[in-house]
Amino acid sequence: MNDLLQSVVNGLLIGAVLALVAVGLTLIYGVMDVINFAHGEMVMLGMYTSFFAWSLLGLDPLLSIPLAGVSIALTGALMYVGAVGRVLGSSPLAQVIVTFGLQVFLRGLAQFLWTPNTRTVPRPWAVGLRWEIGGVVIGGPQAIMAVGALVATGAVAFFMNRTRLGGAVRAAGEDPAAASLMGIDPRRMYALCWVIAGFATGVAGALLMNSYSASPTAGVSFALMAFVVVAFGGFGSITGAALAGLLVGVAQGVVGLYAPSYTLAVALALYLVVVLVRPQGLLGTR
Amino acid sequence: MRRFVSITMALALVVGVAACGDGDEAGAGTEVRLAGLWPLSGPNATQGTDVLHGAELAVDIVNNDHPGVDLPLAPGAGLPGLGGAPIKLITGDTQGKPEVGAGEVDRLVTTEKVAAVIGSYQSGVTLTASQRAERLGVPFVNEASSSVALTERGLKWFFRTGPTDETFARSMFDYLRARQAKGERIGTVGVFHSNDQFGNDGAGVTEKVAAEIGLPVVVNVAFDPTAADLASQVTQVRAKNPDVLFVLAYTDAAIKLMKTLDQLAYHPPALLAYGTGFADPAFASGLGELADGVSTRAAWSGEIAAKRPAAKTVAELFQQRYGAPMTENSARAFTAVLALAQAIDAAGSVEPAAVRDALRALDVPGEKTIMPWTGIRFDGKGQNTGAAGVVEQMLDGRYRVVHPADLASTEAVWPMIRARQ
Repeated sequence: MNDLLQSVVNGLLIGAVLALVAVGLTLIYGVMDVINFAHGEMVMLGMYTSFFAWSLLGLDPLLSIPLAGVSIALTGALMYVGAVGRVLGSSPLAQVIVTFGLQVFLRGLAQFLWTPNTRTVPRPWAVGLRWEIGGVVIGGPQAIMAVGALVATGAVAFFMNRTRLGGAVRAAGEDPAAASLMGIDPRRMYALCWVIAGFATGVAGALLMNSYSASPTAGVSFALMAFVVVAFGGFGSITGAALAGLLVGVAQGVVGLYAPSYTLAVALALYLVVVLVRPQGLLGTR
Repeated sequence: MRRFVSITMALALVVGVAACGDGDEAGAGTEVRLAGLWPLSGPNATQGTDVLHGAELAVDIVNNDHPGVDLPLAPGAGLPGLGGAPIKLITGDTQGKPEVGAGEVDRLVTTEKVAAVIGSYQSGVTLTASQRAERLGVPFVNEASSSVALTERGLKWFFRTGPTDETFARSMFDYLRARQAKGERIGTVGVFHSNDQFGNDGAGVTEKVAAEIGLPVVVNVAFDPTAADLASQVTQVRAKNPDVLFVLAYTDAAIKLMKTLDQLAYHPPALLAYGTGFADPAFASGLGELADGVSTRAAWSGEIAAKRPAAKTVAELFQQRYGAPMTENSARAFTAVLALAQAIDAAGSVEPAAVRDALRALDVPGEKTIMPWTGIRFDGKGQNTGAAGVVEQMLDGRYRVVHPADLASTEAVWPMIRARQ
């Protein structure tokens, strides 16, 4: 029983990070109808930013959160201006191929620049923390990753739902023509989506460096789970992504306890079931 | 006139042959082409590159004069049995994928015309690549894949210089017995392994040897190597709390496991790993003191090198050339290339069947290698019967030999958590 509780808690903690990773993906899809296959690579770049902030500047991963967030936000803007923005309006296939191309390019670039070596921050500050509540152990890095991810996810949701600029982004997503009549430049709003997605993945990357290792393929498993989370929560829904992230995390945690080699299979099965039974996802509208 | 022509031709032939025999510039075209097939990109590229460096150093030792190295083929340049022909190593990249490995064997054999293939680090890739070499009738020498199944397939062209997981498992259980004799309570065993060829085979062998010895395996967890999180899997092990945890994992999962153990504050009395990720330099550098106390089987170590003069010289050459210490992966590749070179030299030919027969007849004494082995002699399955392993423990950031007693450089720390205090 205790182990089950422990697994649920583990699942919730990692699920919060999955939610943050998925937020950017669902935002770009919801507003622009573009599937970003390079999303995991943005997380990977965030992890490297945090790693180098530690190895070159001696910054703890927690202190490098703003740096990683801003750097990857800029990277996101660059990806939009340099590549994705140029194929908007052309065939959907071109959009898929451009983000897929970015994925291959960024992964290759990381391997070229930083070698395939696994890079780890040996003892981040959070490693020293640990809490035990009723037999359930919560490690510092896990807890901090989860809390940080929830705060960042909440910030993105607040921005999108409660601010004028967030409203403008949503308007550009719902009806670009009407939005431009209201003085909103849809292309700027699209660029802003990439900036927000970059910020979220950068923050996620820095949080992950409390416990994970950076390598050119480090983002792959998170991106895969982000796709599952987005499909589960509903394409375009930030709240859905947050909820689905936690659920997928718990599902994986509990399955990991009883059938440890099937965690990925279960997540992908979940994805298939959602696509077949409720294609719009939990909170999706389309 | 006719006679004049035939005499001139005969003379030309004699001169030509003599020129080749002298091994001068005219003979440079007769290089021996060998394929090195490793994961040079993808998640295991670090280890693949390390393996490649070991092989390159062996080629250098054969091709150039190294009078100071007490190993076969080191003095003098090239292979004397082939008129001093040099070895050319042609690399192929498996990307760590079995299907790519098999495809590369096709390319290397049919297009690059290699005489033999050396590879390919991961057991799963070696499995398919050697199968392809078998079909093409080309010798395949494996350096570092330890899956027992590889030499159980009845292949005619497959040779493995390194130890198998079974050899390693026996070394580790031998170590556990020695600890029991010292009064340690070891009643149960757990296995934690990645769900792939390497992990599943290794877990099977561990269970088999544990059963022989009479130690119950109370928990056997197969985790998905691509899983983002191992907390639940570790929770499952914790629930059974075995006295010794055997682990089979590549670098990323090995680091993840150590961090998860720490986060969940679960410390098994001993953790015994099957090298691989735990032998990667990134393991110790990435974890710092969290790595202390971990034990692993090893096929080679710097400490053993100190006891074998040739190994010490080779390790120094390696350090000079690559600015990094020689590891068990590079040492094993070095040994495989040198063994293959010795066989080709003895065969005096690059003809595949001749090389294979020479490999079968190969007999290298232990002191003519850089390994802690009794030598290199292949049995009917292509397995080197002289290969053996040692057990090392990470203490203060570096691996020290703790078993067997005659090679040990320090006493083991038990339970492992004490190594961090």
